Amino acid sequence: MTSLSSSHIEPQDLLVVLRHPPHGAHWLREGIDVALVAAAFGQRVGLLFQGDGVYALLEGQQAGALGQKGTYPQLAMLEMYDIESLWVSAAALSERGLSIDDLMLPVKPLSAEAVAELIQIQPHTLIF
Amino acid sequence: MLNYALVVHAAPYSHQAALSALRFADTLVTGGHRLTTVFFYHDGVHNASALMSPPQDEVHLADGWKRLHDDHDTQLLVCIAAGLRRGLLNADEANRHGLASHNVEPPFELTGIGQLVDAMLNNDRLITFAP
Repeated sequence: MTSLSSSHIEPQDLLVVLRHPPHGAHWLREGIDVALVAAAFGQRVGLLFQGDGVYALLEGQQAGALGQKGTYPQLAMLEMYDIESLWVSAAALSERGLSIDDLMLPVKPLSAEAVAELIQIQPHTLIF
Repeated sequence: MLNYALVVHAAPYSHQAALSALRFADTLVTGGHRLTTVFFYHDGVHNASALMSPPQDEVHLADGWKRLHDDHDTQLLVCIAAGLRRGLLNADEANRHGLASHNVEPPFELTGIGQLVDAMLNNDRLITFAP
């Protein structure tokens, strides 16, 4: 998997960092809610999936046995809100045995150095 | 002098982050900065409970937030979506949902996530306190 270097990264108005899985806690849903509202307010919003947050991107998710709605329907709406700057930690993917081909959205993998620079060049970052 | 806003994700007494946020807030205003807004989100909405009753020898977090409002005009905003789910309602919302009681009183205000975006855009710094 080739990871992008930071020279390809454009600063957004807001970067939302998602680090929790789509089930088992409410972090991810409430993080995506902020991204959607900010986008609806005309802000350019980017998302960074890190840690267990990468599980949110897996294809074929359902509400499932835990009885929570999950985040699949929310993520399917990102395009409608013009949220198209999507990054994923390449290390988080490989640590979990996943590749870009397993994911539902066109996300760009970033090396650890590029993740650090991504966060550094954003005027605002919210971490969930 | 800078304008600050805080986001509090942590429930009171469950996590250090809620108390750390209040201590940071007090230090900000003591240092001559302006704290315009505290936005309570995720489990942080529980900081707004009017029924909070900690033992007398512990910091009363809700009173601490109210003191910031009274002394420094800090807005205390509670995310309405996160609050309603978790049983944090003011009189209007309790009425709307046909519930017998409520537990959010002024100066805490139920508000939308748009206010968080607003706080982000209109302050020099937005600092998150999360568990």
